[in-house]
Amino acid sequence: MEKKRKIRIMIAKPGLDGHDRGARILARFFRDAGYEVIYTGCHQTPEQIAQAAIQEDVDLVGLSCLSGAHRLLFPQVVSQLKAHGAEDITVIGGGIIPEQDFPLLAEAGIKAIFTPGASLESILQWVLDNVGG
Amino acid sequence: MYYSDRLLLESKSLTDKWEEEVRKIAALYPDQKARFSTVSDLEIKRLYTPEDIKDLDFTNDIGVPGEFPYLRGNQPTGYRGRYWTFRMFSGMGSAEDTNRRWHLLLREGNTGLSAAFDYPTLMGYDTDSPRAKGECGKCGVAIDTLEDFLALVEGIPLDKVTTSMTINPPATVLWAMYIAAAKRQGAAVSEISGTIQNDMLKEFIAQKTFMCPPEPSIKLISDTIEFGAKYVPRWNPISISGYHIREAGSTAVQELAFTIRDGIEYVEDVIKRKGLAVDDFASRLSFFFNSHIDFFEEICKMRAARRMWARIMKERFKAKNPRSLWMRFHTQTAGCSLTAQQPYNNVVRTALEALAAVLGGTQSLHTNSLDEVLCLPSEHAVEIALRTQQIIAEETGVANTIDPLAGSYFVENLTNRLEADAWEYISRIDGMGGMIKAIELGFPQMEIADAAYNYQRQLACKEKIMVGVNKYATDERQQVPLVEIDDRIETEQIGRLSGVKRRRDWNAVRRSLADLKSALMREDNVMPHCIEAVENLATLQEICDVYREVFGQYRDPGIF
Repeated sequence: MEKKRKIRIMIAKPGLDGHDRGARILARFFRDAGYEVIYTGCHQTPEQIAQAAIQEDVDLVGLSCLSGAHRLLFPQVVSQLKAHGAEDITVIGGGIIPEQDFPLLAEAGIKAIFTPGASLESILQWVLDNVGG
Repeated sequence: MYYSDRLLLESKSLTDKWEEEVRKIAALYPDQKARFSTVSDLEIKRLYTPEDIKDLDFTNDIGVPGEFPYLRGNQPTGYRGRYWTFRMFSGMGSAEDTNRRWHLLLREGNTGLSAAFDYPTLMGYDTDSPRAKGECGKCGVAIDTLEDFLALVEGIPLDKVTTSMTINPPATVLWAMYIAAAKRQGAAVSEISGTIQNDMLKEFIAQKTFMCPPEPSIKLISDTIEFGAKYVPRWNPISISGYHIREAGSTAVQELAFTIRDGIEYVEDVIKRKGLAVDDFASRLSFFFNSHIDFFEEICKMRAARRMWARIMKERFKAKNPRSLWMRFHTQTAGCSLTAQQPYNNVVRTALEALAAVLGGTQSLHTNSLDEVLCLPSEHAVEIALRTQQIIAEETGVANTIDPLAGSYFVENLTNRLEADAWEYISRIDGMGGMIKAIELGFPQMEIADAAYNYQRQLACKEKIMVGVNKYATDERQQVPLVEIDDRIETEQIGRLSGVKRRRDWNAVRRSLADLKSALMREDNVMPHCIEAVENLATLQEICDVYREVFGQYRDPGIF
């Protein structure tokens, strides 16, 4: 029987924002939950994130941004993935993101947004339901 | 002996009786938790007694304000002569937007300014850089050239108001702009006063605003300390910061230990690299702490910090000037303690944290606004935050007497424990060969990541509580008006920058950047060259590109 491939998750920090506490906690949490996790570190361009996601053959990219630049940067990651023919990679986001930006991000292809106070369990549940475990 | 044998005996016998009583009652009515601990997970006992502080040496461990070991404060007069500085951290959108906010704050009784810059400025990029896209004005004010800076400080008398600037890799550039702006106002550079944060070690450890690798970053910092000691003697060329270490999820002990160990690293570098004596510059070093939600832990941390620094300066560096022994610090309430849920509760959290900072003897304070977990603060929210400080100062009476909690069995015991645990970290880092080595090993980064993760797990299993998040949560949404930064600001700022680039004397810019580069190669102090470059309207990024070219760039190793 073919051994089931572990789901691979990339946590990424686009832009110049250095607030990485949430990103690093999530990375560790998903690793502990049995996923393969790659963390990009801070200060990645959307292009770098898309390329790394393809190179690492991930199933899910979790973007984190607390600087307010998510409106520009999150959609750019999705379009960069598309440009490289990797639109099958699921992209979700988190950080300080006002509710009024949700429609714009959804339209751009961000599948879910998690804001301050979201529990780790709720994020895991979303991944289990939508990507797998 | 801090207490007489007789008192200790009496205390022992009464405490024994009390313990028996507790056992009986607790058997019938069990405690709410098996273990009680601070927000940093430091276990706390049910009761503290004279036994817990019996080894204190009054003169060497406590003393009086204004005297070694400065546990009770640097100033003999406490807050009676002067309150702490009400210093609200502020910056948004364009230089004009921020200037308007600063004038408003000064009218409302703010007594010092504190500049928040946007991410491109913090990272040494101009607004027209591809790396800056989408960030302009979002987290603070955008500054590209001296012209922006002049607009920022328009109408602010730089020889009277002290200004703190939260700026790290490009600290030399922003300080140069400040000096150039002060000169234009006709202020004597030797008279201006303020602070640049300029603490790169905590960037590598926690805040992640970095540009060049650690070693050359420290060289630039030593340049500013040397330049300040010689020409700008009332300036604080560094604010050695625990704030961001704590926000990244550290414990109080880690904040205390890593910040103080960073301070040691800077002092050693200036002595070694610049050949200055410790008393030539130590009195201008300043510090910056977080005031988190655990009331007593924070008060004790600040008291311990002053005592530890005094001991280090006296014993490790043999400083003679009493002012070299002072740990002067600014405090900010904890952004990470605030919640997006039920945001008006944040007013209460901030008030309690501010009270802790005052009881801990801070010299300067920023109080967060209730909406800062959602967006940049609105004018109304900022006003409540500022009024919080003014109420503590003017109404509560806590500033009437100095260090009112001194002598408490619990407070002195916890102060000692925090100090002892912090010394342990400091000697471990000494053993690794210093903080740069420890950072290269990922040691402080990993310790903080562990603590942050531990706290998150405790929240998940409700061992720790955040009201409105994992207890007392409601479905009701409390809406607060959100401040939005228009994307138009970016277009306007780029337009303004191109205008400057077209107008300026390009030969002068080129010459001053070349001068800066050769100064870097010769390892000369960069400050005079930086001032000349900004006066010739070289941009922030043009100067930082010279640093990047000569020193290389640091990349986040992405430790988790």
